[in-house]
Amino acid sequence: MKKLLLLVLFALVTLVTYAGGYRVSVQGQRAMAMGHTGVAVVNSAELVFFNPAGLVYLENKLNVSVGASGIFTDVIYQNSDFGSSSETDSSVGTPLNLYGSYKVNDWLALGLGVYTPYGSEVTWPTDWAGSHLVNNIELAAIYIQPVVSIKLSDQFSIGGGPIFVTGSVNFNRNANRTLADIDGNRSNITVDDSGVTNWGWSVSAMFNPTENFRLGFSYRSEIILEAEGGEATFSNFPNSPATPANGTTTFDAELPLPAELTIGLSYQFHKKWLFAFDYNRQFWDVYESLDIQFGNGSTSLNPRNYKNSSVYRFGLQYDATSKISLRAGYYFDESPVQSGFFAPETPRNDSNGFSGGVSFAITPKLAIDASFFYLRFEEVNESYDFYQENGQNVPFRGTYKSSAFAPGLGLTYKL
Amino acid sequence: MKNNIKYLAILALGLVACEPEFDNPIDEAGVYSSGEADFSNFVALGNSLTAGFADNALYITGQENSYPNILSQQFALVGGGEFTQPLMADNVGGFAGQTDRFPPRLVLAFDAEGNPGPSLYTGAAPSTDITTNLGVSFNNMGVPGARVYHLGFPGYGALNPYFGRFASEPNATVIGDAVAQNPTFFSLWIGNNDILGYATSGGVGLDHNVTGNMDPSTYSPQGLDITNSGTFDSTYRQLIAALTANGAKGVVLNLPNVTTLPFFTTVPFAPLSPLDPNFGPQIPTLNATYAGLNAAFAFAGVPERAISFSTSAASPVVIKDESLDDVSADLAVALAGTFGPLAPIVAAQYGQARQATANDLLVLTSSGVIGQVNEARLTELIGFGLTPEQAGQFSVNGVSFPLEDQYVLTPAEQSSVENARQAFNTTIATVANANDLAFYNVSNDLTQAANGGIPFDGGVITSDFVTGGGFSLDGVHPTPRAHALVTNGIINAIEIAYGATLPSVNPGDYGTVTLSNEVN
Repeated sequence: MKKLLLLVLFALVTLVTYAGGYRVSVQGQRAMAMGHTGVAVVNSAELVFFNPAGLVYLENKLNVSVGASGIFTDVIYQNSDFGSSSETDSSVGTPLNLYGSYKVNDWLALGLGVYTPYGSEVTWPTDWAGSHLVNNIELAAIYIQPVVSIKLSDQFSIGGGPIFVTGSVNFNRNANRTLADIDGNRSNITVDDSGVTNWGWSVSAMFNPTENFRLGFSYRSEIILEAEGGEATFSNFPNSPATPANGTTTFDAELPLPAELTIGLSYQFHKKWLFAFDYNRQFWDVYESLDIQFGNGSTSLNPRNYKNSSVYRFGLQYDATSKISLRAGYYFDESPVQSGFFAPETPRNDSNGFSGGVSFAITPKLAIDASFFYLRFEEVNESYDFYQENGQNVPFRGTYKSSAFAPGLGLTYKL
Repeated sequence: MKNNIKYLAILALGLVACEPEFDNPIDEAGVYSSGEADFSNFVALGNSLTAGFADNALYITGQENSYPNILSQQFALVGGGEFTQPLMADNVGGFAGQTDRFPPRLVLAFDAEGNPGPSLYTGAAPSTDITTNLGVSFNNMGVPGARVYHLGFPGYGALNPYFGRFASEPNATVIGDAVAQNPTFFSLWIGNNDILGYATSGGVGLDHNVTGNMDPSTYSPQGLDITNSGTFDSTYRQLIAALTANGAKGVVLNLPNVTTLPFFTTVPFAPLSPLDPNFGPQIPTLNATYAGLNAAFAFAGVPERAISFSTSAASPVVIKDESLDDVSADLAVALAGTFGPLAPIVAAQYGQARQATANDLLVLTSSGVIGQVNEARLTELIGFGLTPEQAGQFSVNGVSFPLEDQYVLTPAEQSSVENARQAFNTTIATVANANDLAFYNVSNDLTQAANGGIPFDGGVITSDFVTGGGFSLDGVHPTPRAHALVTNGIINAIEIAYGATLPSVNPGDYGTVTLSNEVN
């Protein structure tokens, strides 16, 4: 029976997705294993992220969940008109999460979370066909959030708290398709900044109509990261008054971390089986353009024009034994990128995600959580049409295909 | 434990299966094909165009952007092998210590007023040694300066260091070294210099279609003559016979009209502006002086040669047209009253003078001399007994001293060039057809570039000097972007001739002129 379940799990695992844009939805090993559902699942301190209101319903006084995943992503590109092809350097992203909650009394719980919901790491071969759009990018945002969870009744609770964000960015691309120095080295610009901070907030609620049925709601505010006075490095520009000088200057830019609304449910339809469904609405329309203003007077305007997008998540949990819980999930992740705005720095189209995982209780207090997901993207013919040369739009088009695979490990402790 | 290993194995398989793969990856068979051609050993023959010469020099990035090298990268998708080139030592161009004959490249520099113009690059000295032989043959056998008959000329390496760098032995021929590589596919673009040397030097050389001289060993060693069409025809046929002897397929290119090159179209025939502070104020004096000469022209029976400068519009330069009857003797008689004993000297200066018309082509290098004092003439006139002041007045290039033959391609000279080109192109097309070779009519595309331009995804490529994107700063040789266009033309010809399917290249990915203010 156990073997069979494992096989089922592996079979299920052949399907998983992660998130559109530069949202990285890996905020808990248990949730991840269930298709990253959790707004209505009362299971662990992962609720700090998924739904702080639910923390107060956790049975134990102290709950801690920590985890990390290694995301292996690959993107391939080709253009059959020109016979060009490229593949990203398989980068490994490592989203991590630390959550803790403490039940002060029957109606109040406090929590703290550190998690990384946004990030991107894409490295194309230097000077590849799309190098005028991006050579490589590394984007990270760490959220630190204290939360409060208040039980208004056995049926209803609310929660939320402020979010402190610190972000960093490193982005390199060539100046245009052809500019080079006397030796043919392509002129390029790197922008680099870290310690860019700002504040946001989240609110949530949980409603338990019956003992086995929960409804959840959660909203996390948008946060705009404003890089001011970051370092921009101009390299390999020709020695000419007609082009920017080599060396460092400053840059200002804004990157939005969009708001996200989640509603969902969980239903314990058998004493060993739990079903969960989450719906995420991500408010990407705030990302209209990536505009960089350089200290040397140059500017770089890059329309993005993202649209709001939805993710549909389904998860299943089976408590096989008192020590082992098996989980599986599926989600459909809609890309916020509109046709014609497909920039190779975030080459994401719609994707299907398949996840699975297991928790093993080493002791009644301590459990190991393992999860993995596989994100499957359809091959897509797309273009970014808003790169300009001499005031004229020059589309960069081709066929893209991506995949992501992420195994993760975590620990859950309760007291 | 065994089971765990099994699951781990399944997991590992899952990881491998995660690698994305296209439905039709371009690096797999079936997307492109070589058709009937075999690109496994591609050898390119030709002149500076094939070598990747640009900005009046041969240097590494120019070689890397040569059309044969770009072509070889597309061939690589359908079985093409490695493509080697005799790379220079640097991106400066020229040969070390030989800058008189082989100067460094031109770059686009901006002067103090912000005006762009071609200048000699001085950021580093040429470092390529002129005597070093690289010891091997290369897939790119393009030799700057080569004419059709040079390719089969034993010992050409001693005359031309660009071939000397990789000639297999002192007596080697270009064609011999090419055939020795046993190419499965070749390209041949040759003949440009057989007319261009005459054209760029303003027609100072001889047209051997007029002289009837069919012995190239007696032609101008500086390459100033037009090759006899019969000589071209027989030599070209020999080259193709040698290249196809082992059954190799290939592509040949014809020769563009020289009037499509910015070298001949950039300097206007009427560049003398009354708004020019160095010229405008002198117009009354000049016209007064020329009034006397114009009377002498009338006396000599050639009143149509009268010279005058407009005070309201740009005027044509004064040129020497060697096709005109020399009326020096009549002028000397008519001018005797004004100039006394100096009359024969002045008369000789204007014996074949006239003002330029729209049909005259001023070469690019004339822009640096028009309106400048011709020092050689100045010295000469002082030697004849003129005062330095008088001598100076009669020594201004294109204004008072007729622009010399080397700066002007007159209509008669243009006809010589064009007649030869037509004959050469007839040979090239005929031979291509007879040997079932791919034929690229590059002449058509250059005419298009010069008349409206060729669109690409970032604009339009034209023949305009500096700004057009098609020509490097010497006004004759293509930019990398134009090499990309030539590559696409060749690919198209190969697809038609051999049923191949190849991807083109995007001209927008290739650069144009190089900026640098590392100039003196």
